[in-house]
Amino acid sequence: MQHTLVALVEDKPGVLNRVASLFRRRAFNIESLTVGHTEQPGISRMTIVIDSNVTNAERVTANLYKQVNVIQVSDLAEQPAVSRDLALVKVAAVPERRSEIMQLVEVYRSRIVDVTNDSLIIEITGDENKIDSFVDVLRPFGILEMVRTGVVAMARGANPQPSFNGNGNGNGHHQEL
Amino acid sequence: MKLTGAQVIWECLVREGVKTVFGYPGGANLPLYDAMLDYPVHHVLVRHEQGAAHAADGYARAGGGVGVALATSGPGATNLVTGIATAYMDSSPIVCITGQVASKFIGYDAFQETDITGITLPITKHNYLVTEGRDLTGVLREAFYIARSGRPGPVLVDIAKDAQQASIDWEYDDRPIRLPGYRLDVHPLSKSLQQAVEMIQSASRPVILAGQGVLLSGAMNELREFAEKERVPVAMTLLGIGGFPSGHPLNLGMMGMHGEAWVNQAIQQADLLLAMGMRFDDRVTGNLKTYAPDAKKIHFEIDPSEVGKNVKVDLALVGDVRESLTQLLPHLQPGDHSEWIDYIQEMRGDSTVRDILNLPDNGHLYAAHVVNDLWRLTHGEALVVSDVGQNQMWTAQYYKHDQPYTQITSGGLGTMGFALPAAIGARFARPEAEVWAIAGDGGFQMTQAELATAAQEDIKVNIAILNNGYLGMVRQWQEFFYERRYAATPMKSPDFVKIAEAHGLTGLRVTERSEVEAAVRQAQDTPGTVLIDFRVEQEDSVFPMVPAGADLHNMIRRPLPEVLVETAQSDL
Repeated sequence: MQHTLVALVEDKPGVLNRVASLFRRRAFNIESLTVGHTEQPGISRMTIVIDSNVTNAERVTANLYKQVNVIQVSDLAEQPAVSRDLALVKVAAVPERRSEIMQLVEVYRSRIVDVTNDSLIIEITGDENKIDSFVDVLRPFGILEMVRTGVVAMARGANPQPSFNGNGNGNGHHQEL
Repeated sequence: MKLTGAQVIWECLVREGVKTVFGYPGGANLPLYDAMLDYPVHHVLVRHEQGAAHAADGYARAGGGVGVALATSGPGATNLVTGIATAYMDSSPIVCITGQVASKFIGYDAFQETDITGITLPITKHNYLVTEGRDLTGVLREAFYIARSGRPGPVLVDIAKDAQQASIDWEYDDRPIRLPGYRLDVHPLSKSLQQAVEMIQSASRPVILAGQGVLLSGAMNELREFAEKERVPVAMTLLGIGGFPSGHPLNLGMMGMHGEAWVNQAIQQADLLLAMGMRFDDRVTGNLKTYAPDAKKIHFEIDPSEVGKNVKVDLALVGDVRESLTQLLPHLQPGDHSEWIDYIQEMRGDSTVRDILNLPDNGHLYAAHVVNDLWRLTHGEALVVSDVGQNQMWTAQYYKHDQPYTQITSGGLGTMGFALPAAIGARFARPEAEVWAIAGDGGFQMTQAELATAAQEDIKVNIAILNNGYLGMVRQWQEFFYERRYAATPMKSPDFVKIAEAHGLTGLRVTERSEVEAAVRQAQDTPGTVLIDFRVEQEDSVFPMVPAGADLHNMIRRPLPEVLVETAQSDL
């Protein structure tokens, strides 16, 4: 099962290295990791997707907390959340097949961001399943190049503070936050 | 006031209470060393930077506070690595300050440049690269705070040469340290405490597993109160030795790979394990699948990432073990487990008969005799720093500690060469203590150069080399598991007595059991460092032994005395 962890970290040199090094050191497997700024200056947000069948999410969370620069970790698997991935797909598009592709673009609510005589770049946003399926249907046309950002995610609802799962037997960091 | 970056570093160190530092100068920390002369700090010049890190570690473990090691950039910094990893595995608070090439050269493979913050990332609790003099105060305050608080550990601060040379308009910043990602506010939940009370009071075969966390949190009195109130026997990890008096009737002794048979049996048969400040290392659990199968487990642990890491526990009291015990104690009714304790006593069974100390004197000198005599002649009050291998296990088995912070050894990393430099460090933390370094002939030679440090400092550290002419623990494994094929374990050593004498120190040699006492007494009475080369039985093994990965109760035992006597006689 996929697990999405959101970590708020201090925006300091080397923090990404610390987190990446932790995953390597503890043999945790990362499916995807994205980093970006947040609404608060000096704080970055990492969205880390792991396969919890392979890697224990509680252990990852506890070890992330051990990093001095990691401020807060929340597990979005435990609450309703929105997750999005963005992909740019460059697909071979000879004139006779172009309209077919454009129909698919419609269906998937994606957009064409670049057109040449024999290719298109399509931008698509959505959860991972949607993008996977879009990529599958484009494959027969010939995918020339593709890039995906990796998942970013956010808990639903007004509470800006990601909630913490307190089971009294876990990582001990769930209290008084 | 106007200060240089180097002066700022010393201002900060002095304010952290640093009185002694261990180090080695070089190009990239010259400004730091130059400024040192104007501050009330004693510098111990080691012979290799690894020795500086171990000495700082020994200093910290002996109770001196955060230990400080200094090294220059490049090779100076990389030489610290083994010592840092040792301190990290054993949660020892040290701060390592390395010089770095000037900031404009960083990344250009300058002379003696190395990425020491990158190298030490996985073996430090935290580390810093400082390229601006104005950041020094904040970073150093954080470094000491992080090193000593929570679960302690090593912190490295790498300081570019130009930051040391910078001119700074300086004032000490004593505002509270703000580290939003570093929280120490972990406390057991009240419902967990309640659950613990119920589990403890319904247990009939409980055992306490006391680890180094007891010593780190200073929970010795609380542990004792708990054990006495509930009448629960106490088993110790290697690093937990000293956390509970060995002479106490509830003390079982050391658990694990070379723990006593009855201790491991008691753990395997327990119905409740109270793990206090220990991390279920593979050397104490053996095969996890068969580990204490009937026991519920309560883990008193300050580091949340340790909970459930190796052993699935039924309840975790996350927080400082002393605080958890203090909160727990008033809720507990006195308990009684006399039947269980009597049963464990019975399990001691033939262990006493098998003990090498009870073997009729066959004229051979066994390491156990040496350690036992050392214990007796120092009244069990020495500060004992052991190396790694057989010598370490024999020391743990035969030197009984009633006082905390008197046994220092590299447990987690198992670093050969640790004993001598760590003993030197310990000596500076506890100048009044009688310090004994106990090492094998192999480990001693790894950091033998630090004899010169002891000589230059004119300090007294007694050194007992348990010299068996082998890398003994590896030889033992070869004997048990590799058909006695002694690959690269026979070791020819120099004349250690002459080595001592070459340093202007006293060297003694003991080959007979009858000579041990006189030599130890001579060492005690001689000023300055004394080295004793004990020529012990060459192919003796540490018993009992749980082979790596085997079930904890499946121990290889020392052969019964008849067999031993026969072997001994045929040798004669």
